[in-house]
Amino acid sequence: MSEALIRFSQVSYRYRDGGREILRDADFTLGHGEMAFLTGPSGAGKSTVLKLIALLERPVSGEITVDGQTLSALRPRAVPAYRRQFGMIFQNFALLPDRSVFDNVAMPLIIRGHSGDDIGRRVRAALDAVGLRGRERDWPVTLSGGEQQRVGIARAVVARPRLLIADEPTGNLDPAMAAEIMQLFGRFNEVGVSVLVATHALGLIRRLPHRILSLQDGQLVDDHGDAGSVS
Amino acid sequence: MSGAKRVRAAPAAGSRWLLDHTRAISATLDQLARRPFGTLLTALVIGITLALPAGLYAVLGGLDAASSGLKGSLRVSLFLKDTVDEAAGRQLHATIARKPGIGEAKYISRDAALAEFKAHSGFGEALDMLSDNPLPATIVATPDAALPKAQAEALLDALTRLPEVDSARLDREWLERLYAILAVIERLILLIAGALALAVLVVVANTIRLDIASRREEILVLKLIGASDAFIRRPFLYTGLWYGLSGALLACLMVFGAGLALAGPAQTLSGLYGIGTGAGTLGVDTVFAVFGAGAALGWLAALWTVSRHLGAIEPR
Ligand SMILES: Nc1ncnc2c1ncn2[C@@H]1O[C@H](COP(=O)(O)OP(=O)(O)O)[C@@H](O)[C@H]1O
Ligand SMILES: [Mg+2]
Repeated sequence: MSEALIRFSQVSYRYRDGGREILRDADFTLGHGEMAFLTGPSGAGKSTVLKLIALLERPVSGEITVDGQTLSALRPRAVPAYRRQFGMIFQNFALLPDRSVFDNVAMPLIIRGHSGDDIGRRVRAALDAVGLRGRERDWPVTLSGGEQQRVGIARAVVARPRLLIADEPTGNLDPAMAAEIMQLFGRFNEVGVSVLVATHALGLIRRLPHRILSLQDGQLVDDHGDAGSVS
Repeated sequence: MSGAKRVRAAPAAGSRWLLDHTRAISATLDQLARRPFGTLLTALVIGITLALPAGLYAVLGGLDAASSGLKGSLRVSLFLKDTVDEAAGRQLHATIARKPGIGEAKYISRDAALAEFKAHSGFGEALDMLSDNPLPATIVATPDAALPKAQAEALLDALTRLPEVDSARLDREWLERLYAILAVIERLILLIAGALALAVLVVVANTIRLDIASRREEILVLKLIGASDAFIRRPFLYTGLWYGLSGALLACLMVFGAGLALAGPAQTLSGLYGIGTGAGTLGVDTVFAVFGAGAALGWLAALWTVSRHLGAIEPR
Protein backbone atom coordinates (compact mmCIF):
# COMPACT_ATOMS: atom_id res chain seq x y z
CA MET A 1 0.00 0.00 0.00
CA SER A 2 3.02 2.20 0.46
CA GLU A 3 3.51 2.14 -3.32
CA ALA A 4 2.39 5.45 -4.79
CA LEU A 5 -0.33 5.62 -7.45
CA ILE A 6 1.85 7.73 -9.73
CA ARG A 7 5.63 7.82 -9.42
CA PHE A 8 8.08 9.80 -11.56
CA SER A 9 11.73 8.72 -11.03
CA GLN A 10 14.43 10.85 -12.62
CA VAL A 11 12.20 11.64 -15.60
CA SER A 12 13.57 13.82 -18.36
CA TYR A 13 11.66 14.96 -21.36
CA ARG A 14 12.08 17.22 -24.35
CA TYR A 15 10.02 17.34 -27.53
CA ARG A 16 11.68 15.71 -30.49
CA ASP A 17 11.77 18.92 -32.51
CA GLY A 18 14.36 20.32 -30.13
CA GLY A 19 13.69 23.11 -27.66
CA ARG A 20 14.56 23.13 -24.01
CA GLU A 21 14.27 20.25 -21.61
CA ILE A 22 10.79 20.41 -20.06
CA LEU A 23 11.55 17.87 -17.34
CA ARG A 24 15.05 17.29 -16.03
CA ASP A 25 15.52 14.30 -13.71
CA ALA A 26 12.19 15.12 -12.12
CA ASP A 27 10.79 13.11 -9.21
CA PHE A 28 7.31 13.19 -7.80
CA THR A 29 4.67 10.89 -6.37
CA LEU A 30 0.92 11.02 -6.03
CA GLY A 31 -0.46 8.73 -3.34
CA HIS A 32 -3.55 6.58 -3.56
CA GLY A 33 -6.61 8.71 -2.84
CA GLU A 34 -4.60 11.93 -3.01
CA MET A 35 -5.65 15.08 -4.84
CA ALA A 36 -3.06 17.51 -6.16
CA PHE A 37 -2.89 20.58 -8.36
CA LEU A 38 -0.07 20.87 -10.84
CA THR A 39 0.78 24.53 -11.40
CA GLY A 40 3.32 26.61 -13.15
CA PRO A 41 3.38 29.38 -15.71
CA SER A 42 2.00 28.81 -19.16
CA GLY A 43 4.49 26.78 -21.19
CA ALA A 44 6.13 25.31 -18.08
CA GLY A 45 5.17 21.80 -19.17
CA LYS A 46 2.05 20.96 -17.13
CA SER A 47 0.24 19.44 -20.11
CA THR A 48 3.39 17.55 -21.01
CA VAL A 49 3.47 15.90 -17.57
CA LEU A 50 -0.13 14.73 -18.03
CA LYS A 51 0.68 13.50 -21.55
CA LEU A 52 3.51 11.43 -20.11
CA ILE A 53 1.11 9.86 -17.61
CA ALA A 54 -1.48 9.17 -20.33
CA LEU A 55 1.21 7.68 -22.60
CA LEU A 56 0.65 10.30 -25.26
CA GLU A 57 4.39 10.88 -24.96
CA ARG A 58 7.17 8.73 -23.57
CA PRO A 59 10.02 10.09 -21.46
CA VAL A 60 13.51 10.48 -22.88
CA SER A 61 14.92 8.96 -19.71
CA GLY A 62 13.73 7.97 -16.26
CA GLU A 63 10.84 5.80 -15.20
CA ILE A 64 7.13 6.44 -14.68
CA THR A 65 4.98 3.92 -12.83
CA VAL A 66 1.22 4.16 -12.49
CA ASP A 67 -0.47 1.82 -10.02
CA GLY A 68 2.54 -0.48 -10.14
CA GLN A 69 2.75 -0.59 -13.94
CA THR A 70 6.01 0.51 -15.47
CA LEU A 71 4.96 2.58 -18.46
CA SER A 72 8.10 1.98 -20.51
CA ALA A 73 7.25 -1.75 -20.43
CA LEU A 74 3.78 -1.26 -21.94
CA ARG A 75 3.53 -2.25 -25.59
CA PRO A 76 1.50 -0.05 -27.97
CA ARG A 77 -1.25 -2.69 -28.10
CA ALA A 78 -1.64 -2.45 -24.33
CA VAL A 79 -2.03 1.33 -24.34
CA PRO A 80 -5.85 1.48 -24.85
CA ALA A 81 -6.43 -0.87 -21.90
CA TYR A 82 -4.00 1.21 -19.84
CA ARG A 83 -5.87 4.44 -20.69
CA ARG A 84 -9.18 2.86 -19.67
CA GLN A 85 -7.88 2.83 -16.10
CA PHE A 86 -8.29 6.55 -15.59
CA GLY A 87 -10.62 9.37 -16.59
CA MET A 88 -9.29 12.33 -18.55
CA ILE A 89 -10.72 15.83 -18.65
CA PHE A 90 -9.70 18.50 -21.14
CA GLN A 91 -9.68 22.28 -21.33
CA ASN A 92 -11.75 22.22 -24.54
CA PHE A 93 -14.07 19.52 -23.09
CA ALA A 94 -13.46 17.23 -26.12
CA LEU A 95 -17.16 16.34 -26.45
CA LEU A 96 -18.54 14.98 -29.70
CA PRO A 97 -20.93 17.61 -31.06
CA ASP A 98 -23.03 15.19 -33.12
CA ARG A 99 -23.91 13.07 -30.10
CA SER A 100 -26.30 13.73 -27.27
CA VAL A 101 -25.11 14.30 -23.72
CA PHE A 102 -26.15 10.74 -22.92
CA ASP A 103 -24.18 9.26 -25.81
CA ASN A 104 -21.10 11.32 -24.94
CA VAL A 105 -21.12 10.13 -21.35
CA ALA A 106 -21.92 6.55 -22.40
CA MET A 107 -18.88 6.28 -24.66
CA PRO A 108 -16.41 4.88 -22.10
CA LEU A 109 -18.97 2.20 -21.21
CA ILE A 110 -19.65 1.36 -24.85
CA ILE A 111 -15.96 0.83 -25.57
CA ARG A 112 -15.92 -1.49 -22.53
CA GLY A 113 -18.89 -3.44 -23.90
CA HIS A 114 -21.40 -2.78 -21.13
CA SER A 115 -25.02 -3.76 -21.65
CA GLY A 116 -27.67 -1.16 -22.44
CA ASP A 117 -29.40 -1.31 -19.04
CA ASP A 118 -26.14 -0.97 -17.21
CA ILE A 119 -25.14 1.98 -19.37
CA GLY A 120 -28.45 3.73 -18.71
CA ARG A 121 -28.07 3.41 -14.96
CA ARG A 122 -24.44 4.45 -14.84
CA VAL A 123 -24.83 7.41 -17.20
CA ARG A 124 -27.75 8.77 -15.17
CA ALA A 125 -25.78 8.31 -11.96
CA ALA A 126 -22.77 10.13 -13.42
CA LEU A 127 -24.90 13.01 -14.73
CA ASP A 128 -26.59 13.18 -11.35
CA ALA A 129 -23.20 13.41 -9.65
CA VAL A 130 -22.19 16.42 -11.77
CA GLY A 131 -25.58 18.13 -11.37
CA LEU A 132 -26.90 17.48 -14.88
CA ARG A 133 -29.80 15.19 -14.04
CA GLY A 134 -32.38 15.12 -16.82
CA ARG A 135 -30.12 16.65 -19.48
CA GLU A 136 -29.43 13.35 -21.27
CA ARG A 137 -31.23 14.31 -24.48
CA ASP A 138 -29.54 17.73 -24.83
CA TRP A 139 -26.85 18.43 -27.41
CA PRO A 140 -23.45 19.65 -26.23
CA VAL A 141 -23.71 22.94 -28.17
CA THR A 142 -26.88 23.90 -26.30
CA LEU A 143 -25.01 23.78 -22.98
CA SER A 144 -22.96 26.50 -21.29
CA GLY A 145 -19.20 26.04 -20.95
CA GLY A 146 -19.52 24.97 -17.33
CA GLU A 147 -22.22 22.47 -18.23
CA GLN A 148 -20.13 21.07 -21.07
CA GLN A 149 -17.21 20.57 -18.70
CA ARG A 150 -19.58 18.77 -16.31
CA VAL A 151 -20.47 16.44 -19.17
CA GLY A 152 -16.74 15.94 -19.71
CA ILE A 153 -16.31 15.09 -16.02
CA ALA A 154 -19.32 12.75 -16.09
CA ARG A 155 -17.70 10.95 -19.04
CA ALA A 156 -14.43 10.70 -17.10
CA VAL A 157 -16.04 9.21 -13.98
CA VAL A 158 -18.77 7.06 -15.53
CA ALA A 159 -16.60 3.92 -15.60
CA ARG A 160 -15.58 4.63 -11.97
CA PRO A 161 -11.81 4.99 -12.41
CA ARG A 162 -9.50 5.37 -9.43
CA LEU A 163 -7.67 8.29 -10.99
CA LEU A 164 -8.85 11.47 -12.71
CA ILE A 165 -6.46 13.57 -14.78
CA ALA A 166 -7.58 17.03 -15.81
CA ASP A 167 -5.70 19.52 -18.01
CA GLU A 168 -6.77 23.13 -17.38
CA PRO A 169 -10.38 22.02 -16.82
CA THR A 170 -11.42 25.56 -15.93
CA GLY A 171 -9.35 27.34 -18.57
CA ASN A 172 -12.38 28.19 -20.65
CA LEU A 173 -14.74 28.99 -17.77
CA ASP A 174 -15.60 32.14 -15.84
CA PRO A 175 -14.38 32.25 -12.19
CA ALA A 176 -17.69 31.22 -10.59
CA MET A 177 -18.05 28.19 -12.82
CA ALA A 178 -14.36 27.39 -12.38
CA ALA A 179 -14.74 27.29 -8.61
CA GLU A 180 -17.72 24.95 -8.90
CA ILE A 181 -15.78 22.58 -11.14
CA MET A 182 -12.83 22.49 -8.70
CA GLN A 183 -15.25 21.73 -5.85
CA LEU A 184 -16.67 18.90 -7.94
CA PHE A 185 -13.20 17.34 -8.21
CA GLY A 186 -12.91 17.69 -4.43
CA ARG A 187 -16.14 15.74 -3.99
CA PHE A 188 -14.91 12.86 -6.15
CA ASN A 189 -11.69 12.86 -4.15
CA GLU A 190 -13.69 12.59 -0.92
CA VAL A 191 -15.10 9.26 -2.12
CA GLY A 192 -11.63 7.90 -2.78
CA VAL A 193 -10.77 8.94 -6.34
CA SER A 194 -7.22 10.22 -6.83
CA VAL A 195 -7.14 13.48 -8.75
CA LEU A 196 -4.39 15.35 -10.56
CA VAL A 197 -5.42 18.72 -12.01
CA ALA A 198 -3.07 20.85 -14.11
CA THR A 199 -3.98 24.51 -13.85
CA HIS A 200 -2.32 27.90 -13.83
CA ALA A 201 -5.25 29.44 -11.92
CA LEU A 202 -3.33 29.77 -8.65
CA GLY A 203 -5.77 32.26 -7.21
CA LEU A 204 -8.52 29.71 -7.50
CA ILE A 205 -6.71 26.83 -5.83
CA ARG A 206 -4.82 28.62 -3.05
CA ARG A 207 -7.98 28.57 -0.93
CA LEU A 208 -8.53 24.83 -1.45
CA PRO A 209 -7.11 22.30 1.04
CA HIS A 210 -5.22 20.26 -1.56
CA ARG A 211 -1.58 19.69 -2.30
CA ILE A 212 -0.04 22.03 -4.85
CA LEU A 213 2.85 20.92 -7.05
CA SER A 214 4.78 23.54 -8.94
CA LEU A 215 6.64 22.89 -12.16
CA GLN A 216 9.79 25.04 -12.20
CA ASP A 217 12.98 24.62 -14.20
CA GLY A 218 12.16 21.05 -15.13
CA GLN A 219 11.48 20.03 -11.52
CA LEU A 220 8.23 19.19 -9.74
CA VAL A 221 8.32 20.73 -6.26
CA ASP A 222 5.75 21.02 -3.53
CA ASP A 223 4.52 24.59 -3.27
CA HIS A 224 3.78 25.58 0.31
CA GLY A 225 2.50 29.00 -0.58
CA ASP A 226 5.71 30.87 0.29
CA ALA A 227 6.69 31.37 -3.36
CA GLY A 228 3.39 33.16 -3.86
CA SER A 229 3.97 34.20 -7.42
CA VAL A 230 0.89 34.12 -9.62
CA SER A 231 1.83 33.99 -13.27
CA MET B 1 -6.53 -0.74 -10.90
CA SER B 2 -7.18 -2.94 -13.89
CA GLY B 3 -10.45 -2.25 -15.70
CA ALA B 4 -11.71 -5.79 -15.22
CA LYS B 5 -11.19 -5.64 -11.49
CA ARG B 6 -12.89 -2.31 -11.12
CA VAL B 7 -15.88 -2.79 -13.38
CA ARG B 8 -17.82 -5.74 -12.06
CA ALA B 9 -20.50 -5.67 -14.76
CA ALA B 10 -17.98 -6.43 -17.51
CA PRO B 11 -19.80 -8.92 -19.76
CA ALA B 12 -18.74 -12.39 -20.94
CA ALA B 13 -16.67 -12.65 -24.12
CA GLY B 14 -19.36 -14.13 -26.37
CA SER B 15 -22.14 -11.73 -25.54
CA ARG B 16 -19.57 -8.93 -25.54
CA TRP B 17 -18.68 -9.78 -29.13
CA LEU B 18 -22.32 -9.86 -30.16
CA LEU B 19 -23.02 -6.59 -28.38
CA ASP B 20 -20.03 -4.82 -29.95
CA HIS B 21 -21.06 -5.94 -33.41
CA THR B 22 -24.77 -5.19 -33.11
CA ARG B 23 -23.83 -1.74 -31.83
CA ALA B 24 -21.47 -1.16 -34.73
CA ILE B 25 -24.09 -2.41 -37.19
CA SER B 26 -26.89 -0.20 -35.92
CA ALA B 27 -24.59 2.82 -35.55
CA THR B 28 -23.24 2.54 -39.09
CA LEU B 29 -26.66 1.93 -40.65
CA ASP B 30 -27.89 4.94 -38.71
CA GLN B 31 -25.05 7.10 -40.03
CA LEU B 32 -25.65 6.06 -43.62
CA ALA B 33 -29.39 6.66 -43.27
CA ARG B 34 -28.71 10.15 -41.94
CA ARG B 35 -27.17 11.17 -45.27
CA PRO B 36 -29.23 9.13 -47.72
CA PHE B 37 -28.21 11.09 -50.81
CA GLY B 38 -24.48 10.57 -50.40
CA THR B 39 -25.00 6.93 -49.50
CA LEU B 40 -27.21 6.34 -52.52
CA LEU B 41 -24.72 8.05 -54.82
CA THR B 42 -21.85 5.86 -53.64
CA ALA B 43 -24.02 2.75 -53.83
CA LEU B 44 -25.07 3.73 -57.34
CA VAL B 45 -21.49 4.07 -58.55
CA ILE B 46 -20.66 0.67 -57.09
CA GLY B 47 -23.92 -0.72 -58.48
CA ILE B 48 -23.19 0.38 -62.04
CA THR B 49 -19.65 -0.94 -61.75
CA LEU B 50 -20.88 -4.34 -60.58
CA ALA B 51 -23.85 -4.38 -62.98
CA LEU B 52 -21.66 -4.28 -66.08
CA PRO B 53 -19.88 -7.61 -65.61
CA ALA B 54 -23.00 -9.16 -64.06
CA GLY B 55 -25.08 -8.07 -67.07
CA LEU B 56 -22.49 -9.32 -69.54
CA TYR B 57 -22.36 -12.57 -67.67
CA ALA B 58 -26.15 -12.89 -67.85
CA VAL B 59 -26.01 -12.28 -71.61
CA LEU B 60 -23.30 -14.90 -71.90
CA GLY B 61 -25.45 -17.32 -69.95
CA GLY B 62 -28.26 -16.60 -72.36
CA LEU B 63 -26.00 -17.26 -75.36
CA ASP B 64 -24.86 -20.48 -73.78
CA ALA B 65 -28.45 -21.57 -73.28
CA ALA B 66 -29.27 -20.55 -76.83
CA SER B 67 -26.33 -22.46 -78.22
CA SER B 68 -27.63 -25.66 -76.68
CA GLY B 69 -30.64 -25.14 -78.91
CA LEU B 70 -28.22 -25.28 -81.82
CA LYS B 71 -27.07 -28.81 -81.03
CA GLY B 72 -29.28 -29.91 -83.94
CA SER B 73 -26.55 -28.61 -86.17
CA LEU B 74 -24.19 -31.18 -84.68
CA ARG B 75 -24.75 -34.10 -87.02
CA VAL B 76 -22.91 -36.91 -88.73
CA SER B 77 -23.11 -38.21 -92.29
CA LEU B 78 -22.33 -41.93 -92.41
CA PHE B 79 -21.34 -43.15 -95.89
CA LEU B 80 -22.08 -46.88 -96.09
CA LYS B 81 -19.89 -49.49 -97.73
CA ASP B 82 -20.97 -50.68 -101.20
CA THR B 83 -21.26 -54.19 -99.76
CA VAL B 84 -24.15 -53.04 -97.61
CA ASP B 85 -27.28 -53.47 -99.72
CA GLU B 86 -30.42 -51.38 -99.50
CA ALA B 87 -32.25 -53.72 -97.09
CA ALA B 88 -29.27 -53.89 -94.72
CA GLY B 89 -28.89 -50.09 -94.97
CA ARG B 90 -32.52 -49.47 -94.00
CA GLN B 91 -32.11 -51.99 -91.17
CA LEU B 92 -29.07 -50.07 -89.88
CA HIS B 93 -30.97 -46.79 -90.17
CA ALA B 94 -33.81 -48.19 -88.06
CA THR B 95 -31.31 -49.38 -85.41
CA ILE B 96 -29.59 -46.03 -85.26
CA ALA B 97 -32.86 -44.12 -85.12
CA ARG B 98 -33.91 -46.16 -82.08
CA LYS B 99 -30.64 -45.56 -80.24
CA PRO B 100 -31.05 -43.49 -77.05
CA GLY B 101 -29.66 -39.98 -77.55
CA ILE B 102 -30.37 -39.90 -81.27
CA GLY B 103 -32.86 -37.21 -82.14
CA GLU B 104 -33.28 -37.87 -85.82
CA ALA B 105 -31.85 -40.19 -88.46
CA LYS B 106 -32.43 -40.06 -92.19
CA TYR B 107 -31.62 -42.75 -94.76
CA ILE B 108 -30.59 -41.62 -98.22
CA SER B 109 -30.41 -44.53 -100.65
CA ARG B 110 -27.86 -44.61 -103.47
CA ASP B 111 -30.61 -43.87 -105.99
CA ALA B 112 -31.99 -40.99 -103.96
CA ALA B 113 -28.49 -39.59 -103.56
CA LEU B 114 -27.89 -39.77 -107.28
CA ALA B 115 -31.22 -38.14 -108.06
CA GLU B 116 -30.49 -35.32 -105.64
CA PHE B 117 -26.97 -34.85 -106.98
CA LYS B 118 -28.28 -34.70 -110.54
CA ALA B 119 -30.88 -32.14 -109.58
CA HIS B 120 -28.44 -29.86 -107.73
CA SER B 121 -25.02 -30.30 -109.27
CA GLY B 122 -25.71 -29.46 -112.91
CA PHE B 123 -23.76 -32.57 -113.96
CA GLY B 124 -27.00 -34.39 -114.80
CA GLU B 125 -26.11 -35.33 -118.43
CA ALA B 126 -22.53 -36.30 -117.58
CA LEU B 127 -23.63 -38.63 -114.86
CA ASP B 128 -25.91 -40.42 -117.29
CA MET B 129 -22.78 -41.59 -119.09
CA LEU B 130 -21.60 -43.51 -116.03
CA SER B 131 -22.64 -47.11 -116.05
CA ASP B 132 -22.52 -47.36 -112.28
CA ASN B 133 -23.92 -45.09 -109.57
CA PRO B 134 -20.76 -43.80 -107.83
CA LEU B 135 -22.58 -42.41 -104.79
CA PRO B 136 -22.80 -44.37 -101.54
CA ALA B 137 -25.90 -44.79 -99.45
CA THR B 138 -25.89 -42.33 -96.53
CA ILE B 139 -27.39 -42.14 -93.07
CA VAL B 140 -27.56 -38.63 -91.58
CA ALA B 141 -27.90 -38.75 -87.77
CA THR B 142 -28.58 -35.85 -85.41
CA PRO B 143 -28.28 -36.15 -81.62
CA ASP B 144 -31.10 -35.34 -79.26
CA ALA B 145 -31.08 -31.57 -78.51
CA ALA B 146 -31.22 -32.31 -74.77
CA LEU B 147 -27.98 -34.30 -74.87
CA PRO B 148 -24.91 -32.47 -73.48
CA LYS B 149 -22.34 -31.52 -76.09
CA ALA B 150 -19.63 -33.96 -75.00
CA GLN B 151 -21.99 -36.94 -74.88
CA ALA B 152 -23.49 -36.07 -78.24
CA GLU B 153 -20.03 -35.97 -79.78
CA ALA B 154 -19.09 -39.29 -78.23
CA LEU B 155 -22.27 -40.87 -79.55
CA LEU B 156 -21.67 -39.65 -83.10
CA ASP B 157 -18.04 -40.76 -82.91
CA ALA B 158 -19.20 -44.25 -82.00
CA LEU B 159 -21.47 -44.29 -85.04
CA THR B 160 -18.58 -43.50 -87.36
CA ARG B 161 -16.82 -46.67 -86.19
CA LEU B 162 -19.69 -49.03 -87.11
CA PRO B 163 -18.51 -51.87 -89.43
CA GLU B 164 -21.04 -50.93 -92.14
CA VAL B 165 -19.64 -47.42 -92.33
CA ASP B 166 -17.03 -46.73 -95.00
CA SER B 167 -16.32 -43.13 -94.12
CA ALA B 168 -18.04 -40.39 -92.15
CA ARG B 169 -18.17 -36.62 -91.84
CA LEU B 170 -18.98 -34.73 -88.65
CA ASP B 171 -20.69 -31.37 -89.21
CA ARG B 172 -19.63 -29.54 -86.12
CA GLU B 173 -17.13 -26.97 -87.22
CA TRP B 174 -19.23 -23.89 -86.81
CA LEU B 175 -20.55 -25.08 -83.47
CA GLU B 176 -16.95 -25.47 -82.33
CA ARG B 177 -16.37 -21.96 -83.54
CA LEU B 178 -19.34 -20.69 -81.54
CA TYR B 179 -18.02 -22.39 -78.40
CA ALA B 180 -14.60 -20.88 -79.00
CA ILE B 181 -16.13 -17.42 -79.34
CA LEU B 182 -18.12 -17.90 -76.15
CA ALA B 183 -14.95 -18.93 -74.33
CA VAL B 184 -13.19 -15.79 -75.53
CA ILE B 185 -16.12 -13.63 -74.44
CA GLU B 186 -16.13 -15.30 -71.04
CA ARG B 187 -12.43 -14.58 -70.60
CA LEU B 188 -13.02 -11.00 -71.71
CA ILE B 189 -15.79 -10.57 -69.15
CA LEU B 190 -13.44 -11.89 -66.45
CA LEU B 191 -10.87 -9.28 -67.43
CA ILE B 192 -13.47 -6.51 -67.43
CA ALA B 193 -14.77 -7.74 -64.08
CA GLY B 194 -11.25 -7.64 -62.66
CA ALA B 195 -10.73 -4.06 -63.79
CA LEU B 196 -14.13 -3.02 -62.46
CA ALA B 197 -13.47 -4.77 -59.13
CA LEU B 198 -10.45 -2.52 -58.82
CA ALA B 199 -12.72 0.45 -59.51
CA VAL B 200 -15.08 -0.65 -56.72
CA LEU B 201 -12.13 -0.95 -54.36
CA VAL B 202 -11.00 2.57 -55.18
CA VAL B 203 -14.50 4.08 -54.87
CA VAL B 204 -15.15 2.49 -51.46
CA ALA B 205 -11.62 3.21 -50.23
CA ASN B 206 -11.95 6.87 -51.15
CA THR B 207 -15.37 7.18 -49.52
CA ILE B 208 -14.07 5.58 -46.32
CA ARG B 209 -11.00 7.80 -46.41
CA LEU B 210 -13.22 10.91 -46.47
CA ASP B 211 -15.33 9.36 -43.72
CA ILE B 212 -12.24 8.88 -41.57
CA ALA B 213 -11.08 12.44 -42.23
CA SER B 214 -14.47 13.88 -41.29
CA ARG B 215 -14.50 11.89 -38.05
CA ARG B 216 -10.96 12.69 -37.03
CA GLU B 217 -12.02 14.42 -33.81
CA GLU B 218 -14.16 11.49 -32.77
CA ILE B 219 -11.30 9.07 -33.43
CA LEU B 220 -8.94 11.21 -31.33
CA VAL B 221 -11.37 11.31 -28.42
CA LEU B 222 -11.98 7.57 -28.69
CA LYS B 223 -8.24 6.90 -28.57
CA LEU B 224 -7.87 9.23 -25.59
CA ILE B 225 -10.51 7.44 -23.57
CA GLY B 226 -8.93 4.08 -24.35
CA ALA B 227 -10.94 2.60 -27.21
CA SER B 228 -9.13 -0.35 -28.76
CA ASP B 229 -8.01 -0.25 -32.39
CA ALA B 230 -10.56 -2.97 -33.20
CA PHE B 231 -13.34 -0.83 -31.72
CA ILE B 232 -12.32 2.23 -33.73
CA ARG B 233 -11.89 0.21 -36.92
CA ARG B 234 -15.15 -1.75 -36.70
CA PRO B 235 -17.65 0.91 -37.84
CA PHE B 236 -15.55 1.72 -40.92
CA LEU B 237 -15.36 -1.94 -41.90
CA TYR B 238 -19.13 -2.25 -41.58
CA THR B 239 -19.61 0.94 -43.58
CA GLY B 240 -17.50 -0.58 -46.37
CA LEU B 241 -19.57 -3.75 -46.17
CA TRP B 242 -22.84 -1.78 -46.43
CA TYR B 243 -21.58 0.15 -49.45
CA GLY B 244 -20.63 -3.11 -51.15
CA LEU B 245 -23.91 -4.84 -50.35
CA SER B 246 -26.11 -1.89 -51.33
CA GLY B 247 -24.13 -1.56 -54.56
CA ALA B 248 -24.69 -5.27 -55.21
CA LEU B 249 -28.42 -4.86 -54.62
CA LEU B 250 -28.60 -1.98 -57.08
CA ALA B 251 -26.51 -3.93 -59.60
CA CYS B 252 -28.91 -6.89 -59.43
CA LEU B 253 -31.91 -4.58 -59.83
CA MET B 254 -30.28 -2.92 -62.84
CA VAL B 255 -29.45 -6.21 -64.54
CA PHE B 256 -32.90 -7.56 -63.72
CA GLY B 257 -34.50 -4.42 -65.16
CA ALA B 258 -32.36 -4.62 -68.29
CA GLY B 259 -33.34 -8.28 -68.63
CA LEU B 260 -37.01 -7.33 -68.53
CA ALA B 261 -36.48 -4.59 -71.10
CA LEU B 262 -34.67 -7.04 -73.40
CA ALA B 263 -37.09 -9.93 -72.87
CA GLY B 264 -39.35 -9.01 -75.82
CA PRO B 265 -36.67 -8.60 -78.49
CA ALA B 266 -34.79 -11.64 -77.17
CA GLN B 267 -37.94 -13.72 -77.49
CA THR B 268 -38.34 -12.62 -81.10
CA LEU B 269 -34.72 -13.41 -81.83
CA SER B 270 -34.86 -16.88 -80.33
CA GLY B 271 -38.14 -17.47 -82.15
CA LEU B 272 -36.49 -16.58 -85.45
CA TYR B 273 -33.66 -19.02 -84.93
CA GLY B 274 -35.76 -21.69 -83.28
CA ILE B 275 -33.35 -21.86 -80.40
CA GLY B 276 -33.55 -21.82 -76.62
CA THR B 277 -34.84 -18.80 -74.71
CA GLY B 278 -33.51 -17.33 -71.48
CA ALA B 279 -31.12 -14.73 -72.88
CA GLY B 280 -30.35 -12.02 -70.30
CA THR B 281 -31.95 -13.54 -67.21
CA LEU B 282 -30.11 -13.25 -63.90
CA GLY B 283 -29.22 -16.66 -62.50
CA VAL B 284 -29.22 -17.34 -58.75
CA ASP B 285 -25.50 -18.06 -58.89
CA THR B 286 -24.86 -14.71 -60.56
CA VAL B 287 -26.88 -12.94 -57.85
CA PHE B 288 -24.81 -14.70 -55.18
CA ALA B 289 -21.61 -13.84 -57.01
CA VAL B 290 -22.58 -10.15 -57.25
CA PHE B 291 -23.46 -9.93 -53.55
CA GLY B 292 -20.36 -11.87 -52.57
CA ALA B 293 -18.13 -9.67 -54.72
CA GLY B 294 -19.79 -6.49 -53.43
CA ALA B 295 -19.44 -7.52 -49.78
CA ALA B 296 -15.86 -8.71 -50.15
CA LEU B 297 -14.73 -5.67 -52.14
CA GLY B 298 -16.42 -3.19 -49.78
CA TRP B 299 -14.96 -4.82 -46.71
CA LEU B 300 -11.49 -5.20 -48.20
CA ALA B 301 -11.45 -1.60 -49.39
CA ALA B 302 -12.42 -0.43 -45.90
CA LEU B 303 -9.78 -2.63 -44.30
CA TRP B 304 -7.15 -1.32 -46.67
CA THR B 305 -8.08 2.34 -46.03
CA VAL B 306 -8.39 1.92 -42.29
CA SER B 307 -4.99 0.28 -42.00
CA ARG B 308 -3.48 3.09 -44.04
CA HIS B 309 -5.10 6.05 -42.29
CA LEU B 310 -6.21 5.23 -38.73
CA GLY B 311 -2.69 4.81 -37.42
CA ALA B 312 -1.84 8.35 -38.45
CA ILE B 313 -4.54 9.77 -36.18
CA GLU B 314 -2.90 9.78 -32.77
CA PRO B 315 -3.71 12.17 -29.93
CA ARG B 316 -0.81 14.47 -29.04
N1 LIG C 1 3.81 18.83 -29.53
C1 LIG C 1 4.78 19.67 -29.16
N2 LIG C 1 5.92 19.74 -29.90
C2 LIG C 1 6.92 20.59 -29.54
N3 LIG C 1 6.87 21.38 -28.48
C3 LIG C 1 5.77 21.37 -27.70
C4 LIG C 1 4.68 20.52 -28.01
N4 LIG C 1 3.72 20.71 -27.07
C5 LIG C 1 4.21 21.64 -26.24
N5 LIG C 1 5.42 22.03 -26.61
C6 LIG C 1 6.28 22.99 -25.89
O1 LIG C 1 6.61 22.43 -24.65
C7 LIG C 1 6.52 23.41 -23.62
C8 LIG C 1 5.55 22.96 -22.54
O2 LIG C 1 4.24 22.89 -23.09
P1 LIG C 1 2.98 22.49 -22.22
O3 LIG C 1 3.26 21.20 -21.56
O4 LIG C 1 1.80 22.55 -23.10
O5 LIG C 1 2.95 23.65 -21.13
P2 LIG C 1 1.77 24.08 -20.18
O6 LIG C 1 0.69 23.07 -20.26
O7 LIG C 1 2.40 24.17 -18.85
O8 LIG C 1 1.33 25.42 -20.64
C9 LIG C 1 6.13 24.71 -24.29
O9 LIG C 1 7.29 25.47 -24.51
C10 LIG C 1 5.53 24.26 -25.59
O10 LIG C 1 5.76 25.22 -26.59
MG1 LIG D 1 -1.27 23.17 -20.93
